[in-house]
Amino acid sequence: MAKLPKPEELAKVDFKPPKTGWMDTPANLKPGTFCWGAKAKNLQVVDFPNARDWNPTEDDWKLPKEWEGTVLEAMADRLSKYRSFKLFLDICVRCGACADKCHFFIGTGDPKNMPVLRTELLRSVYKKYFTNSGKVLGKLGGARELTYDVLKEWWYYFYQCTECRRCSVFCPYGIDTAEITLMAREFMNLLGLNTDWISGPVSNCYTKGNHLGLEPHTITSSVEFFLDDIETITGIKVEPTFNRKGAEILFVTPSGDLFADPGTYTAMGYLMLFHELGLDYTWSTYASEGGNFGFFTSNEMAKRLHYKIYAEAKRLGVKYIIGGECGHMWRLIHQYLDTWHGPADFLEVPRSPVTGTVFENACSTKMVHVTEFTADLIKNGKLTLDPSRNDHLKLTYHDSCNTARGMGLLEEPRYVIRNVCNHFYEMPENTIREKTFCCGSGTGLNASENMELRMQGGLPRANAVKHVHEKYGVNMLANICAIDRATLKASMDYWVPAVGVTGVHELVGNAMVMTGEKERTQDLRLEPLPGEEGNE
Amino acid sequence: MTLRDSLSERKENIIEKWFERIIDTYPPDTSRFLKDQKDRFANPVGATISRGLEGIFEEILKDEQDQAKVSKFIDNIVRIRAVQNFNPSQAISFIFLLKNIIRDELTVDVLHNHNADELLALESQIDGLALTAFDIFMNCREKIYEIKSNEAKDMTFRLLQRANLLKEKQNHVADDMNDVTQ
Amino acid sequence: MHIAVPFFTVIFLVLIAYAGIEAAHLHVLFGIVIPYAAFTVFVLGFILRVRNWGRSPVPFRIPTTCGQQKSLPWIKASTVENPSSTFGVIVRMALEILFFRSLFRNLKTEMHEDRVVYGSAKWLWLAGLAFHWSFLIIVIRHFRFFLGDIPFVLEMVEGLDAFLQIGAPLLYTTDIIILGAVTYLFLRRVAIPQLKYISLAADYFPLFLIFGIALSGVLMRYFFKVHVVGVKTLTMGWLSLSPVIPENVGVIFYIHLFLISVLLAYFPFSKLMHVGGVFLSPTRNLINNNRMKRHVNPWDYPVHVHTYEEYEEEFRDKMKSVGLPVEKE
Repeated sequence: MAKLPKPEELAKVDFKPPKTGWMDTPANLKPGTFCWGAKAKNLQVVDFPNARDWNPTEDDWKLPKEWEGTVLEAMADRLSKYRSFKLFLDICVRCGACADKCHFFIGTGDPKNMPVLRTELLRSVYKKYFTNSGKVLGKLGGARELTYDVLKEWWYYFYQCTECRRCSVFCPYGIDTAEITLMAREFMNLLGLNTDWISGPVSNCYTKGNHLGLEPHTITSSVEFFLDDIETITGIKVEPTFNRKGAEILFVTPSGDLFADPGTYTAMGYLMLFHELGLDYTWSTYASEGGNFGFFTSNEMAKRLHYKIYAEAKRLGVKYIIGGECGHMWRLIHQYLDTWHGPADFLEVPRSPVTGTVFENACSTKMVHVTEFTADLIKNGKLTLDPSRNDHLKLTYHDSCNTARGMGLLEEPRYVIRNVCNHFYEMPENTIREKTFCCGSGTGLNASENMELRMQGGLPRANAVKHVHEKYGVNMLANICAIDRATLKASMDYWVPAVGVTGVHELVGNAMVMTGEKERTQDLRLEPLPGEEGNE
Repeated sequence: MTLRDSLSERKENIIEKWFERIIDTYPPDTSRFLKDQKDRFANPVGATISRGLEGIFEEILKDEQDQAKVSKFIDNIVRIRAVQNFNPSQAISFIFLLKNIIRDELTVDVLHNHNADELLALESQIDGLALTAFDIFMNCREKIYEIKSNEAKDMTFRLLQRANLLKEKQNHVADDMNDVTQ
Repeated sequence: MHIAVPFFTVIFLVLIAYAGIEAAHLHVLFGIVIPYAAFTVFVLGFILRVRNWGRSPVPFRIPTTCGQQKSLPWIKASTVENPSSTFGVIVRMALEILFFRSLFRNLKTEMHEDRVVYGSAKWLWLAGLAFHWSFLIIVIRHFRFFLGDIPFVLEMVEGLDAFLQIGAPLLYTTDIIILGAVTYLFLRRVAIPQLKYISLAADYFPLFLIFGIALSGVLMRYFFKVHVVGVKTLTMGWLSLSPVIPENVGVIFYIHLFLISVLLAYFPFSKLMHVGGVFLSPTRNLINNNRMKRHVNPWDYPVHVHTYEEYEEEFRDKMKSVGLPVEKE
C-alpha cells in the first residue's frame, strides 16, 4: 500500500518552491487565474491581426508565422515612440521598493507578480535584442531569448496587472509598470492574443457605441425603466433627452451604469440631480460609453473608441461635456483625450449654469468630472440635502486607482459624501488616496472565469474594508468607478459579506430633497428609508 | 499539571511553529514576505493567518469553546486558501499540522504527567476543527460559484425585468381594451 | 553565479592593475591612457545615452499624481505631490533627487498590537541616501586634486566630513559611511529572498566595484599613505593635457585609479544611468495640467473610426421607432 502523505507534504504538492531562477521557470496557467481567449468575430470587427478562435489552455496558440519578428519590430517601434518605455527598461536598479506594493503579489504571493519582476519578464527580452550588454553577456546580463514559453509567460502575467500604478508611487524613479503592461499588451495584440472579456466590449463599443452593445432603443428603454423607479420613489416624472442638438451640455458615463446594479442606482442619481437643477443637457446613444476597453489592447484602439465623445459633442453643438463616475475613463479623458482628439476648440470653457463657476482646470479638455460639478453645487448651497436619509449607511470610500494616481481627484468625492451622509469613516492611511489598493479586477480582468485571481487581487482592498467594518460597523463602500461598482460587489460578497457597494451619486440622489417631491419612504434601491421600515 | 496547562505554558512557541510550518507551504520568496511584513494592510495573508492561529489556539485552551469564534478564525484563514489554487486537502491541512507540533512539544510532558487521555481528547478536538475547516472550504468554493452566477444574472437582470414589465404593460393594455369593449 | 562572477571580476581587475604596475611597469598605460580613455567613454557614453532617451518623445502627459489635483479654488491642492506648475515640478524633482521622496513613502512607523514596528523599507531609504550622499561628498573632496588653490567651500566640506577629529590623517566620516552603506545594500540583496530572486550580476558588480574603490581609497589614505604631492602632479597633468608620471606613487593608487576607470567606462552601459534617467522620468517631471493645456503627440496619426453617420445608418429605424432624432429621414 502506498504511504499516505503527511499534512506538510500534502500542503506542498502544488506549491514547490521554484528551484530554478525566474528565467527558467515557465508560467503555469492555473485555473481561475486567466481569461478565455478572444473570439475571431470580435477581432474582425475592429480589424485586429490574427483573428481566430483560440484557447489558452491548449498548447498551440495558433500564432502567426514569424511572430517573433513581429514582436521585436513592434518593440523597436515603441522604443522610438515612448520615452517612458525605453527609460523604464533602462534605469531600474532592482531596489525592490515596489515588490510588496502590488495587490496581485500581496494576494497571490507569486514572485512574478512583483512589479520589478513583471517588468523584468519583458526587460530580459529587450536586453537580448536591443542592448550590447545583453547580446554579449546573455543570461548573466539578465537577457534571454523570446521563445514560445516567454510569450506565454507574458500573456499570463501582463493579464495579471491592472495598470493601477501603485508601484509607480513608491519607485524612486517613478517607473510605472502600467507603461510596460500597455506595451506588452500591444505586442500580444499584434499576435491576436487578446482575451474574450476585453475584445467583446471593444467590438461592441466600436459599432454600437458602448461596451455592453446596447443599441439606441435599448438605451432609452433602460433609462425609462429608471424613470419609472424615480417616479415611484419621488413622485416626480423626470424627462431626459437623447441625441438632442443645441443642448448646453453633453453627459457621458460608462454604459455599465445603465445595466447592472448597483451602477444603475448611480445613473438614477445623475438623472435626479440634473432634473432638479433644470440642466439643459442631453445623453447620447452614439457616445454612450465613457470607459474604453480599447486601452487594454492598444493605444490606437483606445484612440479609435474615444473618438466618439468629441465628435458627438461637435455634432450636437453642445458647449461642454460632463463625465460620469468612472475610473479608467477619467485617466483617459484627463491624460489622453485632448492629445488624441483635441484641440476641442469648438467647445467652450465649462461654466456651471447653476453657480456660475468656471472650471478653469478643464479649460482645454472641456470635460468636467461630475463630482467636481456636484461639489461646486453643494459648496454654493444650490442643493437641499437631507443626509439623514442615508443614516442607515456607515460609509467608507474607495479611491479608484485611475482618478487617484492619474488625476488626483481625491477631495471632491469626499466633500460630496460628507455632505450627503452623516457616517463616513476612512480606511487606513496607506490603503487610500494615492496609496489606494486596486479593486483587483481593472483593465478588463473583471471576467468570471478568472474569479480566483480577482479574489486574490481584491484581498488587500477587502482587508482594509474589513478593518473599518469591524471597527466602525461600516456597511457600505462608496466609489466613483463603474468597474469598482461591478467588481467590488463580488469582492465584498466573498471577503466582507456585510458590506454593500454604491456610487457617490446614488447617495446624492437619496439625500437630495427635490422640488415637489412626495414624502420619500424608499431609497433608490426601493428599500425602506431609515425610520420607515415599519411602514411598509 | 493538566495538558491544557502545558499547552498554555508553551503557547507562544507552539503558535510560532504552527505559523512557520504553514508559511513554509508557500514558495520561499513568498514565505519571507508573509513572515516579515508586519503591516496587516500590506500583508493581509500573513496577518490573517497569524491572528487566526492565535485565536484558534486560545479557544482550544478554554474548557468551553466558543464554536462561533473558532469558526470565525478558521474561516478567515480558509477563505484565503480557498482562492489560492490549493486543492481541498492542501487548503485545510494546516489544522492537522497542529497535532504534529503538539506531539513534538508535549510527548515528554504527557509521559511524565500520565495524561495521554487528555492528549487523545485534544486530538479528537483538532479533528473536529478540521471538519469545520472542510465545511468552510466548501462554503467558500460554493460562494465563488455563486458570485460567478450572480454576475451573469446581474448582467441580464435588468433585461429580464424589462421584459417582464413590457409583458405587464401589454397585459394592462389588453385589460384596458377589454374594459373598453365591455 | 550572479554573485560569484562579478565578485571575481573585481578581484581580477585589481590583479590586472597590480600586475600591470608591479610586474610590467605600465605606468603610462594605467596612469594616463586608461584614465583618459575611460573618461572619454564616460562623457560621450553619458551624453549619447541621454540623447538616445531624449530622441524618444513623450507622446502623452502621464504624471503619477500623489496628491490632490488643482480643481476648485476652495479645495486645497497638493502643489508638490501633484504639481500644477513648473515650480511645483521643480520642487517635486528636487525632493525626489536630493531626498528620495518616493522611497521615503515606505517609511512608516505603525502600531501593531500595541508595539511600534518600523517598515524594513526605511532602511533602504536610509542606506540609499547615505550611500549617494557620501559618494557625492567624496567626489567633491577629490576636487582638491584638480584645483590649484583649494577654495574655501571645499575646505569647509572637508572640515565637516572630518568633524570627528580622529586619527592622522583625519578620518572622513563619509569613508566609513559609504563602506557601511554598500555593505548593507549588498547584504540586503543576499538576505531578502525576494530581492535575491530578482537580483542580477549587473546589480552586484557595481556594488563590488564601488566597494573596491572605496576600500582602496581608504587604504591609500590611512594605511599605505600614498605620496599625495605626486598624485596631484599627475592629476594636474591630466588637466593640462601634458601628464607626467610622478615618482614614488604606490601601486595601491594605480589599483584605485584603475577601478575608477572601469566604473567610468562601465557607467553609461549600465543601470547606473539612473542618475541621468531620473531627470527624464515622465511620471515625475511633468505638470499635471492635462485638462488646462493640451499636450501634443509628435507621432500622432489618424485612425479608423466609426462615425455617427455609419452608426445612424445601421440603427436609423430603431432610433426612429423610439423617437430619437436622426440626421437623415
